[in-house]
Parts: sequence; C-alpha cells; structure tokens
Amino acid sequence: MTDLLAGRALTDAAARRQLNRRHRAERRFKYYGLAAIFAALGVLAVLLVTIVGAGYSAFQQTHIQLDIELREDLIDPDGTRKEADIRQANYAVLVRDALIKIFPDASGRRDRRALARLVSSGADIQLLNMVLADATLIGSTQTIWFKASADFDSLSKGQIPRDVPEDARKVSDKQIAWFDHLAALGLVEKKFNTGFFTTADSREPEQAGILGAVVGSLLTLIVTLVLSFPIGVMAAVYLEEFAPKNRLTDFIEININNLAAVPSIVFGLLGLAVFLNFFGLPRSAPLVGGMVLALMTLPTIIIASRAALRAVPPSIREAALGMGASPVQTVTHHVLPLAMPGILTGTIIGMAQALGETAPLLMIGMVAFIVDVPGSFTDAATVLPVQVFLWADAPERGFVERTSAAIMVLLAFLIVMNILAVVLRRRFERRW
Amino acid sequence: MIGRSLVLALAAGIAVAGAAEARDQIRIVGSSTVFPFSTAVAEQFGKTTAFKTPVVESTGSGGGMKLFCAGVGEGHPDITNASRRIKASEFEKCTENGIGITEVKVGFDGIVLANSKKGPKLSLTLEQIWLALAKEVPVDGKLVANPYKTWSEIDSSLPNARIEVLGPPPTSGTRDAFVELAMEGGAKKIKMLADLREADKKAFSKVAHAIREDGAFIDAGENDNLIVQKLIANPSAVGVFGFSFLDQNADKIQGAAVGGVQPEFEKIAGSDYKISRSLFFYVKQQHVGVIPGIEEFVREFTSERAWGPDGYLIDKGLIPLPDADRRSVAKQAKTLAPLSM
Repeated sequence: MTDLLAGRALTDAAARRQLNRRHRAERRFKYYGLAAIFAALGVLAVLLVTIVGAGYSAFQQTHIQLDIELREDLIDPDGTRKEADIRQANYAVLVRDALIKIFPDASGRRDRRALARLVSSGADIQLLNMVLADATLIGSTQTIWFKASADFDSLSKGQIPRDVPEDARKVSDKQIAWFDHLAALGLVEKKFNTGFFTTADSREPEQAGILGAVVGSLLTLIVTLVLSFPIGVMAAVYLEEFAPKNRLTDFIEININNLAAVPSIVFGLLGLAVFLNFFGLPRSAPLVGGMVLALMTLPTIIIASRAALRAVPPSIREAALGMGASPVQTVTHHVLPLAMPGILTGTIIGMAQALGETAPLLMIGMVAFIVDVPGSFTDAATVLPVQVFLWADAPERGFVERTSAAIMVLLAFLIVMNILAVVLRRRFERRW
Repeated sequence: MIGRSLVLALAAGIAVAGAAEARDQIRIVGSSTVFPFSTAVAEQFGKTTAFKTPVVESTGSGGGMKLFCAGVGEGHPDITNASRRIKASEFEKCTENGIGITEVKVGFDGIVLANSKKGPKLSLTLEQIWLALAKEVPVDGKLVANPYKTWSEIDSSLPNARIEVLGPPPTSGTRDAFVELAMEGGAKKIKMLADLREADKKAFSKVAHAIREDGAFIDAGENDNLIVQKLIANPSAVGVFGFSFLDQNADKIQGAAVGGVQPEFEKIAGSDYKISRSLFFYVKQQHVGVIPGIEEFVREFTSERAWGPDGYLIDKGLIPLPDADRRSVAKQAKTLAPLSM
C-alpha cells in the first residue's frame, strides 16, 4: 500500500511539481534568513569602518622637538626656588624663543604669534610641571618633545588640504613652510597619543583626553551596581520564591515590565525632581547619576533574575526542603547559587546599557565641560557617552577624530562587558 | 550580612553627600552658543589661577535662565550664558527670588547661510531669504502657501536649483535669532507686509516668523557639524549655522553674501553683516565673595588677552565688540554694576 502510494507520488508529475515547489519555498526561506543576517552585518561593518576610519588617527599625536633654554633670569630671577615664584614665570616665552632660534626670519609681532601657534598652547604648563618636579633643571638646556597644536597635527595627518587657497584653511602658507622645515630637520614626529588616556577634557583638541570621562563612568557605574544589584535580586527572589500569587503581585509585575520600557529621559526628570530638588544632592555628581541609572537598570535586573530563578528546577527546592532546610536556606544555599550565572548576565547587560546612556544625565547636569578628573562620588563628573556628545558638537576640526576615538573606547568597554557576560554564562550555566 | 553592609555603605554615601562642604567651584550654565567661549575661559582660568576650574553646563539660553533665577545659594548656578538678552519675564523671576544680576556683553556671533564649494556661490538679500523660506508669501496681494520651488523662481539671477535649506530646530537659540534677524528683516522689506506691520503687529509677526513646512526647510538638529557634513555630501543644499563652523570648514564650504556683504570676521565685527546677534553672560551678585573666584573669572573673561582682537577667544570663533564697547563693558563688569530693566 505505502509502496504503491510512494511510487505514485514519485511518478505523478503534479505531485513532483508540488514537491519541487515546497523545496524551493524551503530554500527561499533559508535565503531570506541569510539575507537578514548579511544586511545586519553589512550595516555593522559600515558603522565600524566609518568610526575606525575617522578615529584611528587620534591615537597618534604629532610632536615637535625643541631645545628649550630654561633661563634662570626668566624662571626664577631671585633664585629663591620657591614654588610660588616658579609658578609665576612666563614659560610660553621660552617656547617662543626656541622657535625663533630656528626661524630667525620670523620678525614682527604677527609673525611671531603665527610661529608660536605651531606648538600646543599647553606647552607652557608642560614646562612648568617639569621645572616643579626637578628644580635643578633651571639654568640648563633641555631637548623636549612638545605636542603640535591641533591644526598642525591635522596638517601632518593630511586632514587639512594643502592645495586649497590660503584663506580657506586654518594654517597660512608661511606656517606650512615653517612646519615643513621643522619636519625636514627631523624635529617632527608622530608618537602614540598617551595624553588621550591620561588627561581629562580640554578646549584644545590636542590636549583633550578621556580619563575624566572614564573615571566618571566608573564611579557612576559603581553606584549603579551597588544600588541596583542587591535591590534587584532581592525583589526578584521575593517575587519568585516567596510572594503569594494575587492581584497585588500581578500589579507589581506589570509595573516592573512597564518600567523596563519607559524612555530613559523620564528617569532623568525623576532624578532632578527627587534627588536634586528634594534631597538637595549636588548637581553633576556621579552619586546622583548612579542613582538615576540604578532606577533605569532595576527592571532589567529584576526581569533577568526572575527568569534565572524560574529556570532552577523545582526538584532542587523540593529536595532541599525535604532534607529539612528552611525556605531561606533553600534559597540562599541552593536556588540563588544555581541562578547566579543568569542573574549576573542580566546585571552585566543592564550595566552595559547604563554605560551608554546620556539622556537621563542631561537633566542632572552631567552634560558639562569638566577639566578636573573626579576624585569622589560627589565631585562634578561627566561620562563617556556624554564626552562623545560634547566633542561631536565642538566646532574645532581636531575633535572629529577624537569623537570617533572616544566612541571606539566606549565600544571596547561594551564589548568587554558583553564578552564577560557570555563567558560567565558558558562557564557556570547548568543545564537540566 | 552582605545586605546589611551594603545598606550601611549606601546610608554613609548619602550622608557624605548631604554634608558636602561649601562649594569652592564656580558653576556656569546656559547657551550652547556661548559654551565654546565660556569653557575656553574656564580652562584658562583653572590653569592660571589657584582656583578650581569652573564647571560649565550646556543647557541652552532658556534652560540656563530658569536654573539661574531659581534662587540664591550653593545649589544654584553662579553664572548663566545667553545668546540673547535676558527677557523681562526672566528678570522679574530673578528679582522675585532676590537675585541681583550683572550683565556682561561678550561679543557677537554671526549666523551664516552656506553651501558646498562644489555648488554655485550665492548672493542673497534678506527679502529673497524670506521669500524662499516663509510659509506663506504674498502673490497678487494675497497670502498663499509658498509656491517657490527653485531659487530662480524668486529671482532670475539666482541659480536654477531646488530650494533645500538645512537649519536648526525650533528649540535652538540659533533658530530664534535667524527668524528674528533674517526672516523678520526680510519680511519688513515687502510692501504688503510692511503695511500689515503698521496695522497689526501681531499678525505681521505671525506671517513673518512662520517657516515653511513643505520640505524646503529641513530641521537638521542641534549639531552644526552634522549640517556641515550634509552640505558637503549634497552640493545643492544650503545650511544655516553659526559663523565658527564656517570658519573651521572654510576649505569645504562657502558662505553666501547677504545683502551684498560676505560673512567675514571683519564684516560681522563691524555690524555690516546683518544676521548677527550679541552674546551675554549674567553674574549672580549674591554669590560674589561667597563662591571663590567669581570676580577673577569675570576679569579673565573681560581681559584683552581673552576677548581682545588678538585674544584666545577670537581663535575659538568669537567676534569681538568694538574697542570702546569692550572698555566700557569691562569697567562695568569690574564694578559688578546691577542690571535694571
């Protein structure tokens, strides 16, 4: 009977057509899926290529080498070697004199000003710090690498075209000639931009770094974690293990799910109204930022933790209770440890979300220009995504590559956090 | 156990925050247009004095005023930046809350219309700008929805290209200034609207300030860099943004002449270029002497090496006040003369 049917199905032309059609539909379905994946990968690749292409050059910084004569009569004319006196000196003059020595033809105020623009305006602070660290240098001549100013950094990276009319670019023909002469003398070199990782924000692109924002993000995330992790896990344990099933707990559950979908700016407004205006906590502080982000992260952690707790088989609980463990012992000794990988994964994903958030921080004053690296939870601070936002808005061309570089650093943090979540899950997850 | 120590740590954290000692850092809020200048002065001030570097927030002129006028005390900012003068209503709010204000005018900012260097060089009049961007324009003595699709339909001397203007959104101070200076300025030059202005000022404003919404004017967001990027990608589009962005990108974009005047540094400084506005900051007098460094900060901002013709703010794109004005404003700022309206 089956043989007969099968034989008929294979020989019957109509049945074969139908079979082919079904196979084709199958293949098409597979291709749709592949196309979706390739489209997503393509968009991701375009995004990464643009960011890396625009940003990789920021990790290099053009430096100019100068022989600086640390003249005692200018730095410390009275020979007191006191910090207050050394701080008073005009170090910019020393840098300018060193440049004039190389280019004696630069005479007149205008030319000398144009010449001084080659070197970063932070050069004087660099000299001051050097002399403060070692007062015996006063009177000697030192060979020092200074950062080139942002415009000449861009010029040497080819971001400022040389072939356009002089008034269409930020650097004059004369300045380019000077710069090329320095390069020919071997006094110009591109070095790894350590300053980008060791300084905070600045209005001069060549002096701007992300340390302040990284520390701010770290402080903020610590507060977020300390608040949202214990509260979130406790809420999940209660709702999952102890709460009676009634209207009230249903209502709470719906609310938690709703909160997870609330736009983040709303949490910022809440933070402004409650933490700043009512409790009088300081503006722009990582403490407040962390509290606001904790509110935002809580629903994510609660939902992930509940799912992880639910995945622990009831037999574990029943066995523990059967052996005489109290409900608290059952949860803390058996259920929670088994659910922990899932809970941690959810927490890390929640934290990664908090790391990338700017909107709620706008309301509590963390979108600000802050030069000092924050030292405590109540100092004014900003965070990485805000730094990206501020630099993207700056008119100076030098900030373009720095914006992309900061995005790369932020992406690196996010990738590390997400890999950590995957590793934790792989290593500790138990399957039943 | 762990839970208890966490609760304790949290309580301690909040207690520390509550008992934070007197603020020793100046806090500045306000306009995003003044932000690049205010931050440059703040950084210089932090580097060259023993005071801490002030914290500068970019909240927009209106948002800054709201925070500034909310009250006296450590929790409130000391200085607010504005890309327009303080409004009477804001001044009243400040006075109500017992705040005395000193006004400091710091310079000018030009608003430019620019396009890609690959596109044609434009020379527009205020009237043409208004006709290109107004929602309703007079045709045969009646107001009708703006019929102009290309620049050449407005005036045959203009290029035969679709009107496509990228500009700031209504929330931006740049947009307010553009509407007030360029749009209203252009509308006044049209006979029918000038008559309307005589008869009914409110109706005139309504017509003069309305920007068309049929796709010829595109809200391009607050970020001026983005507008510049879009102009480079699309040579037929025209952008509206602050002068500093034209100055920084002069190798790729060109400014349109307005009323025959090029948007150049000297022309804006000399008020020949018509679409320019004044920039201000306002100081809270009650905080002077309480928060350390306010007087010194104001002095740094109004020093010749900052806002003078060769100062570092000029490198950042500020257009300085005329010499005499600078002297008188600096003198007023030094004595912290109170503002009265």
